[in-house]
Amino acid sequence: MTLSIPNTTGYLTEHCGDDAFATLKGYTARGGYSAARKALRSKPAELLELVERSGLQSRGGMGLPTGAKWRCMPSERDGPSYLVCNAGESEPGSFKDRLLLERAPHKLIEGILIAAKATGAEKTFLYIRGEYFRAARAMERAIEEARSAGYLGKGRLRRRFAHDIVITRGAGAYICSEETALLESLEGKRGEPRNRLPLPGGLHAFGRPTTVNDVETLCHLPHIVEHGVDWFRSFGTEQSPGTTLFGVSGHVVQPGLYELPLGTPLDEIVFEYARGIPHGRRVKGVIPGGLSMAILPAGQLNVPMANESLRERKAMLGAGGLIVMDETTCMVRVACIISGFFRHESCGRCTQCREGAGWLHKLVQRLERGTGTRKDIAILEDVARKMEGQAICGFADSAAWSIQGLLRHFRDDFDAHVRQRQCPFAGSFEL
Amino acid sequence: MILGDAIRAEIDELATRYPERRGALLPALHLVEREHGHISPDATRELADLFGLRPNEVLAVVSFYEMFGTEPRGRHRAGVCTNLPCSLRGARTLLAQLELHLGVRAGETTDDGRLTLGREECLGACAAAPMMRVDEVDHEHLDFEKASAILDGLE
Repeated sequence: MTLSIPNTTGYLTEHCGDDAFATLKGYTARGGYSAARKALRSKPAELLELVERSGLQSRGGMGLPTGAKWRCMPSERDGPSYLVCNAGESEPGSFKDRLLLERAPHKLIEGILIAAKATGAEKTFLYIRGEYFRAARAMERAIEEARSAGYLGKGRLRRRFAHDIVITRGAGAYICSEETALLESLEGKRGEPRNRLPLPGGLHAFGRPTTVNDVETLCHLPHIVEHGVDWFRSFGTEQSPGTTLFGVSGHVVQPGLYELPLGTPLDEIVFEYARGIPHGRRVKGVIPGGLSMAILPAGQLNVPMANESLRERKAMLGAGGLIVMDETTCMVRVACIISGFFRHESCGRCTQCREGAGWLHKLVQRLERGTGTRKDIAILEDVARKMEGQAICGFADSAAWSIQGLLRHFRDDFDAHVRQRQCPFAGSFEL
Repeated sequence: MILGDAIRAEIDELATRYPERRGALLPALHLVEREHGHISPDATRELADLFGLRPNEVLAVVSFYEMFGTEPRGRHRAGVCTNLPCSLRGARTLLAQLELHLGVRAGETTDDGRLTLGREECLGACAAAPMMRVDEVDHEHLDFEKASAILDGLE
């Protein structure tokens, strides 16, 4: 399995190439579960403070401080509360959680125990996207092992803290990786995002207070508990500490997963780690964070891969998936694929998104075929603008921003299709 | 009754894992989908009874998710990922070749009912593009020879 082993490793993915690491025996032989034992002796407030000081940002897309997300749990509770692990990884270009689920399942369980202790959750629902059969099986096996060893359910750690994990499999809907849509889906409903405050607070599963954390974020926790804040902050930047798993795909010599400190320059990842563009070609653009993030053109690739620096260029770290495109690439075809994806995956609840995504796709298809006009480009810009900030969740924003990014940096490609009444990029990938 | 005792018992067990019975609806739909190949109107009605829902409430959930279908499909399902990372490495050319080879368009089933060919959005194997999923298994680093051999080898 080619995706089993990351191309560069750090603390998160060390030992992931070793099959035994996915077993309880292999994991404990490498010191596994010692952080959980330490955490379960601590007070929730101590863990919360530790993670807050560590500056750990969520790795699922938004980059929110994990401590702040935990603080949204009410301090007074009159019943059960839950932790939900978001393993709905579906952002095109992102494939890091799959590796952690398949190759380091006990690390995730340990992270879950720490987060559950800190937030006072009595049960965790692990929501894995439906297509990840192998990942779900790996997690099932690991949870079973952890139960029989007493780390979960009744047993070894029960006197201090009893916790269990329930796996729910998704069923093929991109939007269910958005946390409120995920909660709806978990409850057995259509995965349509909920109305929410501007802050990510006050989440509920089955009407009970709930924290949602993604897989990679949870996997950092055992290391932070084990080695402390100063050690964690020795990786990455001041505002974005720690390493992350960058997925590199598209036109590079060596696609794969690279665990590197946050803040590693994008061009270093593409040209040194992934060994540059094949066939001696030049790079045309890179989408830095997964399909729904805005693209960066060849001239802007010296940017450090951290949210604070990417935001200055109207891009985002997202889920750390870098999609690399060489000079043969037709950016109108790229726009076709991106808008087609958003049209297909819009849940349809908000009119601006449902209709807007369809319009975007129809317009770029027309342009790609060479039957579009200058006015179509103007309408495209107008539709994208009208989708921004108008829908319940960020999906419509992403659809708009990704098209706006292409228009901002590759307007010439769009104009050339209108002028020449056909696609001028004969050597581009096929649609 | 279309849902047997075993599946009903399994659904009851699943329901104990959730604070509300309805939490087990997606897991139950996965069970029915695996056993029957789709969610038929009869199965929908019986699931509605089991969950205390109306059939159209169950149908509303079924229709939302790509992995659940209301129509029977082929004995096997193959889906080629055609999202951007795979397309940059030739996935759409591969899909067109497979369509010609099998004599069906994406979304259709071969005449012998053996295989439904489809297209998938990103399946999280972008570094191994192009790739396809056949039933529960991912096949990576494909070209036409490899992919057609895999599909021709299905029973």
